[in-house]
Amino acid sequence: MNRTLTCILCPNGCELEVVYEGNEVQSVSGNKCPKGAGYAEQEIKNPMRNIASSVKLEEGSMPLVSVRLTGPIPKAKIMDVMAEIRSASVTAPVKIGDVVIADVLGLGVDVVATRNVGRRS
Amino acid sequence: MNTIKKQVVIIGGGPGGLAAAVKLKKAGVDDILILEREHELGGILRQCIHDGFGLTRFGETLSGPEYAQRFIDEVKALGIEYKTDTTVIGLTKDKKVTAVSRDGLMEYQADAVILTMGCRERTRGALSIPGERPAGVFTAGVAQTYINLKNKMVGRKVIILGSGDIGMIMARRMTLEGAKVEAVFEIQPYPSGLPRNIEQCLNDYGIPLFLSHTVTKIKGHHRLEAVEVSQVDEKLNPIPGTEKEYECDTLILSVGLIPENELSLMAGVELDPRTKGAIVDEFCQTTVPGIFAAGNVLHVHDLVDFVSLEAEKLADAVARFVKEGLPKAEITVETAGFVGYTVPQQITGDADVILSFRPRKPMRDKYIDVYQGETLIASKKYVKLLPAEMEKIKIPAEKMVSGANIKVVTRDE
Ligand SMILES: Cc1cc2nc3c(=O)[nH]c(=O)nc-3n(C[C@H](O)[C@H](O)[C@H](O)COP(=O)(O)OP(=O)(O)OC[C@H]3O[C@@H](n4cnc5c(N)ncnc54)[C@H](O)[C@@H]3O)c2cc1C
Ligand code: SF4
Repeated sequence: MNRTLTCILCPNGCELEVVYEGNEVQSVSGNKCPKGAGYAEQEIKNPMRNIASSVKLEEGSMPLVSVRLTGPIPKAKIMDVMAEIRSASVTAPVKIGDVVIADVLGLGVDVVATRNVGRRS
Repeated sequence: MNTIKKQVVIIGGGPGGLAAAVKLKKAGVDDILILEREHELGGILRQCIHDGFGLTRFGETLSGPEYAQRFIDEVKALGIEYKTDTTVIGLTKDKKVTAVSRDGLMEYQADAVILTMGCRERTRGALSIPGERPAGVFTAGVAQTYINLKNKMVGRKVIILGSGDIGMIMARRMTLEGAKVEAVFEIQPYPSGLPRNIEQCLNDYGIPLFLSHTVTKIKGHHRLEAVEVSQVDEKLNPIPGTEKEYECDTLILSVGLIPENELSLMAGVELDPRTKGAIVDEFCQTTVPGIFAAGNVLHVHDLVDFVSLEAEKLADAVARFVKEGLPKAEITVETAGFVGYTVPQQITGDADVILSFRPRKPMRDKYIDVYQGETLIASKKYVKLLPAEMEKIKIPAEKMVSGANIKVVTRDE
């Protein structure tokens, strides 16, 4: 089978022509770099995404602190992870890289802060 | 009011201003001041919490606040002076900068001024949509501020007008927060944002994108209740009989960005009607000597990495300007065919130069040719050219021998 994908790994956004059979990728073309072939393979087998959101912040100079995952998760798990993120909260101060939820849902990635926020004065 | 002397004043503490400050300081220019109207440095990136920034500049993918923090840390470590909560309200061609803060009015006399005020969102088109003006209509950037900085969800059932990147990023953000994004409507026959955002922000969440469609009526009294959407013809006029109603409580506008150039105009800086930013030479110097511009105030960038790189190039030139002066750029770069604009628009011809440009429409398998007078001096093939993506082409110094003006054109074969 054939499929056209847009590689999302970098702003080049290469258009990938993928030939595959079931879960097996037979050829990838259109990628400007080798990462695109890996992306196509992953996309056919089990699409993975990183997500960004915010977590409630107690006693902070802002009501929220932004967070992201330390690595991509299966696309099908996005909404479950979002539910975890929505129910979490942290107390100021927080620093970039602070772990907000470790090994979220056992997926092997952490939810980490992406912003420095001090305490409310 | 006494006037304070500064070698370089930087207006705007976003990624452009910060990168320029750090590079200037490292080039040995010490007397720098950054003026920023918000409470914190970082510019627009403070609210762009998604990742994807920094691949070009840092070789890793960061969220907006993380990217900005790298530069803020450097500004602090280098002891560069900055004032936040300070808005610049005046600029003259003699490089007098007037600013206001809680301390009152301040005036600075600078040898060089760097404009890095960024851009603001257009509301064009949306203002002329017939109907009442109920609550629930936001620009994408304002919705982003509410959701990401103020913890206020703007709505539950959402329609997005315009396929700009910020609108698509907000479609995903609101979906993740539990809202239902019904569709994105784009008046042009092609999307205005990047393909990767169509893929990861719309396709991933099953949000349809309708090209050649626009909102033709806004319905609701206090709060938005529905919008009417119509298909448009090649001249972008709505086609009668194609109207369709969509129930929604929120309409997000993502119809483009426009450089914020009130101060530039005050100082007599000449603008380019195509970019809506200053006309500059390869040193990022405007038509007013000693006033420089980079980042979104110069031309709208889709990637912050290129804002930083442009500002760093500008800083090298400003360091040279304050130490020894800069040569005059007397060669004009013109465009024709489907080349929408170039930056810079003026060059010296003394050194290699990289022109940034955007095509006026999506194209495949096209050549970009650069002529000086009648001589072809550079040419490059592009598999795809999209208005959403800024492209670059290099002109080598040794090819620019005649001193004649330069023309950048598209060619099919
Ligand atoms: C809503 C929005 C979302 C975006 N999302 C992305 C994205 O996801 N990814 C991406 O790569 N790019 C994104 N961009 C593009 C982004 O703007 C650039 O990547 C980058 O932030 C531009 O940097 P800048 O320094 O030119 O401008 P800005 O970041 O806008 O910074 C300009 C600064 O100047 C200050 N300023 C303006 N006028 C004055 C004045 N008179 N006095 C004092 N200070 C002043 C402003 O307060 C601001 O802090 C987005 C742009 C917008 C508008
Ligand atoms: S294939 Fe390589 S160059 Fe192309 S978008 Fe993917 S990562 Fe970027």
